[in-house]
Amino acid sequence: MNGAGAAIGCVCCIALGLLTQHGQSRVLVWGGDAEGGAPFVEADPGDPSTVRGFDVEVAARIAGGLSRSAARFVQVQWANIDQSVERGDFTLGLSGVEDTPVRRARHAVTLPYFEFREVLAVRTEDRDRIRGLHDLRGRRVGTLGATIAYDLLLSVLAASFKKKVSYDDDVHPYADLVAGRLDAVLLDHIIAQRALSRTASHGDEEFVILPAAVASGHYVGVLARRDSALRDSIDAVLREAMRDGSLEQIFRRWHVWDDSQGALFERVLRPGTTAGRDGDVAAAPARAIAYLPSLARAAAVTLLLSVLSMSLAVLVGLGLASGRLYGPLPLRIVTTGYIELVRGTPLLLQLFVIYYGLAGIVRLPAFLAALLALGLNYAAYEAEIYRGALEAVPRLQLEAGRTLGLSEAQILRLVRAPQALRYALAPMTNDFVALLKDSSLVSVITVVELTKQTAIYATNVGNWVVPGLLCAIVYLAMSLPLSRLARRLERRWGGRSS
Amino acid sequence: MGRAILLTTLLTIDGLGVRHDSRDLVRGFSLAVGRGEIVALMGPSGVGKTTVLRVVAALQAFDAGHVIVDGFALGPGPIPAESRLRPLRRRVGLVFQAHALFEHLTALDNVTLALRHVLGQNRSEADLLASKLLAGLDVGSRASAWPRQLSGGEAQRVAIARALALDPPLLLMDEPTAALDAARRTGLGTTLRRLAQQGRGLLIATHDTEFARDYADRAINLVSAPRPADAR
Repeated sequence: MNGAGAAIGCVCCIALGLLTQHGQSRVLVWGGDAEGGAPFVEADPGDPSTVRGFDVEVAARIAGGLSRSAARFVQVQWANIDQSVERGDFTLGLSGVEDTPVRRARHAVTLPYFEFREVLAVRTEDRDRIRGLHDLRGRRVGTLGATIAYDLLLSVLAASFKKKVSYDDDVHPYADLVAGRLDAVLLDHIIAQRALSRTASHGDEEFVILPAAVASGHYVGVLARRDSALRDSIDAVLREAMRDGSLEQIFRRWHVWDDSQGALFERVLRPGTTAGRDGDVAAAPARAIAYLPSLARAAAVTLLLSVLSMSLAVLVGLGLASGRLYGPLPLRIVTTGYIELVRGTPLLLQLFVIYYGLAGIVRLPAFLAALLALGLNYAAYEAEIYRGALEAVPRLQLEAGRTLGLSEAQILRLVRAPQALRYALAPMTNDFVALLKDSSLVSVITVVELTKQTAIYATNVGNWVVPGLLCAIVYLAMSLPLSRLARRLERRWGGRSS
Repeated sequence: MGRAILLTTLLTIDGLGVRHDSRDLVRGFSLAVGRGEIVALMGPSGVGKTTVLRVVAALQAFDAGHVIVDGFALGPGPIPAESRLRPLRRRVGLVFQAHALFEHLTALDNVTLALRHVLGQNRSEADLLASKLLAGLDVGSRASAWPRQLSGGEAQRVAIARALALDPPLLLMDEPTAALDAARRTGLGTTLRRLAQQGRGLLIATHDTEFARDYADRAINLVSAPRPADAR
């Protein structure tokens, strides 16, 4: 009884702690993405439970300037920093967060504290052929989703139907550049230099960074709109840190200090500067409309990918089911093994293995890899549906075929399969609708389909309501007619009664 | 005399034994059916009437004795591969008690299936012959109906037409009167007599003694079939 009481008390304490932790005024809770890595935020190799990086030190400097006892880090996916800060998951978002008009319009944004340049990276052998964005006509260019670089590619390249490839992390674009899947990567110069030093340590430099910057931008801290007073205090701390040289020291320690930072500090500290406060709100609706064509294109990708994957799944599934039902023992073992392996492991893992794991043997284009992964995964489920449906055909029907002199193959083709199709139709429709939605997983291997495009759209307009609704409507528009068609077919084939 | 019997005998079952789960389903059963003859296979439910029909149609393996259908012999042991049974399929037609019409095909296509895919007839040839068969059994007007739309009597006649599609000399029927009213029973009896007059042999499993008495030439009782003491 005492034990139970103590346990309940303990749980209450923890719950209370969780509830009040963001309200603690003594600790500055800030969020960033350690997956983005150094030099922004990365897990400390010496103690992976803590983080290090220049943004970590900037956060600590801000906490000190606000007389907070400490800065506590919260991990969040980079693209979700804005949404999380509004939700109250943390007070300050800081992790290479870019200064954009939309962000300024939607959230409370600090002074710019770092100036970055958007630079192009190309393979070493292409350095003479590709000198700027204009040389990338008809080529594949990779970047991070929901960044200034992404919008830049969208506006400069989309007009002439260039291929852009969006990533969720900043490691894979450079890996794919070296692997030949991309012709160029457009990203912040810090990220590009880090990627270069990573590959250079292996020996020859496999890609180069073009010296001319495509554009420049600033890193800022982002706070919830309601926290504009705190934002003003943080701005004061940042100004102080620029004046007393502590910010410069941080950047020098992480080897990211250059002349443009000095110039930025000078501009910020000049009397009367508000550094682009109050963003360009009028631009937001125009941007929403600008995303509609890419949303439509992404819906087409989703539909095409789903239809092709399902076709592959049906064909392979039929083979697996017949192998399992009619094949000799070794084939039955192999097909059963395949089905259990594929059904027993996550589709996400299979996607990674086919796209990145097989890259050493065969370099599959992203769409093909997605098609194969989805098709081969769903084939295992289809096979079990077909096996069940084939086994559900009454034995008498097969015997009737036998007494008429039909061969086993003819019985399968003329009697068993057509009847099994009726049993299989409903679960197959179900699977297709599930596949339609599972196809959103392939965004992890750079295929921009409907959900990914919606996420990019939502991040850019800073709001999930309209993009989410639009996305849901498009998914429903694709799946509802299919369910209706299946019901009609079922009625036509099986609903007859005397 | 022996030669004459050989020529006119369509089906010979000799010392048939069928075991299942170390239990005798049928033991030491013998029977002969001649051309133009209707033989009723009698006995209460569960005595093994259906088993005998299934053995003759090579749907069930047996353990002892032998079966000869119009010169085609079946022996004890596993059922031979379908490719080796092709001659038997042309000699025996079977009408299941539940009819077992193909649910996904119309009445007409139930009959044309074997014509087209076993005999290799083209669509119009097969349709013509199947229509004649259906019309001859008074279900010509139901050709385009689906099995689920047919009454019990109609379904049975479509099943007979399907079994006759390959023109087999021997026709097996399992409990044909089970779901028929008096008028339909008379109609069926007349049809069976007509088939026998065409020279076919009919083996009909039934427990309907009245029907057997009215239409069969002979009745064999499965329970009272000879059981030699050494059959085990």
